[in-house]
Amino acid sequence: MKNLKLLVNPLNNENPITVQVLGICSALAVTVQMKPAIVMALSVIVVTAFSNLIISLGRNTIPPRIRIIVQLVVIAFLVILVDQFLKAYMYDVSKKLSVFVGLIITNCILMGRLEAFAMSNKPMDSFLDGIGNGAGYGLILIAIATVRELFGSGSLLGYQVVPQGFYELGYRDNGMMILPPMALITVGVIIWVQRSYNRKLIEKNQA
Amino acid sequence: MENLFNLFIRNVFTENMVFAYFLGMCSYLAVSKTVKTSVGLGIAVIFVITVTVPVNWLLENYLLKAGALKWLGTSFDQVDLSFLSFLLFIAVIAAMVQLIEMVVEKVSPSLYNALGIFLPLIAVNCAILGASLFMQEREYGTIAEATVFGFGAGFGWALAIVVLAAIREKLKYSNVPAPLRGLGLAFIITGLLAIAFMGFSGIKI
Repeated sequence: MKNLKLLVNPLNNENPITVQVLGICSALAVTVQMKPAIVMALSVIVVTAFSNLIISLGRNTIPPRIRIIVQLVVIAFLVILVDQFLKAYMYDVSKKLSVFVGLIITNCILMGRLEAFAMSNKPMDSFLDGIGNGAGYGLILIAIATVRELFGSGSLLGYQVVPQGFYELGYRDNGMMILPPMALITVGVIIWVQRSYNRKLIEKNQA
Repeated sequence: MENLFNLFIRNVFTENMVFAYFLGMCSYLAVSKTVKTSVGLGIAVIFVITVTVPVNWLLENYLLKAGALKWLGTSFDQVDLSFLSFLLFIAVIAAMVQLIEMVVEKVSPSLYNALGIFLPLIAVNCAILGASLFMQEREYGTIAEATVFGFGAGFGWALAIVVLAAIREKLKYSNVPAPLRGLGLAFIITGLLAIAFMGFSGIKI
C-alpha cells in the first residue's frame, strides 16, 4: 500500500513539475515535438530511479559536508551511461537530444529528490520514489509536447494530423507555440486545469 | 573599458539568462514569492557565477583546451582534455555552492531557513553551468571579459527574479481564480515577461 503510494503520488498530488517546481528548464527545451519528449522522459526515469537507489544505499556513509559533490558524481556517471546507451541503440534520437541528455545532470528533479527523499529513506522506497517522480515528470513533458506539436506544427509524433483541407480553408499553424515562452504559458494552463480538479493543491495564501 | 561595460549591459538585458535562454527556471519560480528571499538568492547566484566563470575560464585555458597544457613543456602540445570539461565545471560549481551554504548557515540562519532546499539546488541551477558553457563556447579572450560576463549573467538572473517577486507580491491583492493562484500564475507571468524581453533580441550593442 505504501509502495503504491510512493509510485502514484508523484503523478498527481506531488508532481515534480506542477507541484514541487523541479526540472522546468528541460521541460521547456525538449517539448517542441513529442518524440524527443518521450525519450527524454524515459532517460530521466532511469536516472532518477538508479541515482535514488545508489545514494540511498550510501546515505549513512556519505559525509554531509561533501554530499553535493558525491550526488553530482553519481548523477553524472548515470547520465553518461544513458548517453552512451542512446548513442549505441537509438542514434538518430540521441543526435536530436544531444545537449539535453547532458543537461539531465543539472535537472533539479534529481538533486531535489536525492536531498529530500533518498538521503533519509530506505533503498527500495527511494527506488520507487525515483520511478514515480520520473514518470510524473514524463507525464507533464508529454502533455506539453502534445499541445505544442499539435498546434505548432499540426502533427503528432511526426505524422500530420491536421488535414490538408484545413490549410486550404485558411488554417495556419501557430508559430508562437514553437517559441519557448509558450511552453511556460502551457505549463501554467496545465497547472490551472490540474488544480481545478484537485482542489486541495490550491495555495492558501494567494500570491 | 567601454567594451566591458557593453558586455555587461548586453548580458543583463538582451541576453538575459532567464528570459532569453530559459536557464535557472526551477529556483526562479519556486523562490520568487517574496522580494526579500529572492534578493538573498539573487545575491547568492551573482556570487557563485562571478566566482565560477573566471575559475572555469582558467581551467579551460590552462588545462582543458587543445594545446592548453603547452606551459608544461612542448611534449604536452597535442594534449586535448576538453572531454573532461563537464565534469570539472560541475565539480568547481558544487564546491563553491557547498562553501556558500556553510557561510550562509553561520552568518544568517533566517536566510538559510528561507532558502531551504534551494540553496543546495544552486549547484544544479542550470544558469550557473550554462554560464560556464557559454563562456567556453564564446571563447572570451581575457579573464576580465570572463569575469564581467559572469557578473552580468548573474546580475541579469537576480534582476529577473526580483522583478517576478515584486509582481507576485502585488498580486496578493488581486482576485485571481483559485486554481490559478501561486504557481500557475507565476508561469504565465514569466511567459509574458519573456515575450516582452524578446523585444530586446534584435538590439546589437
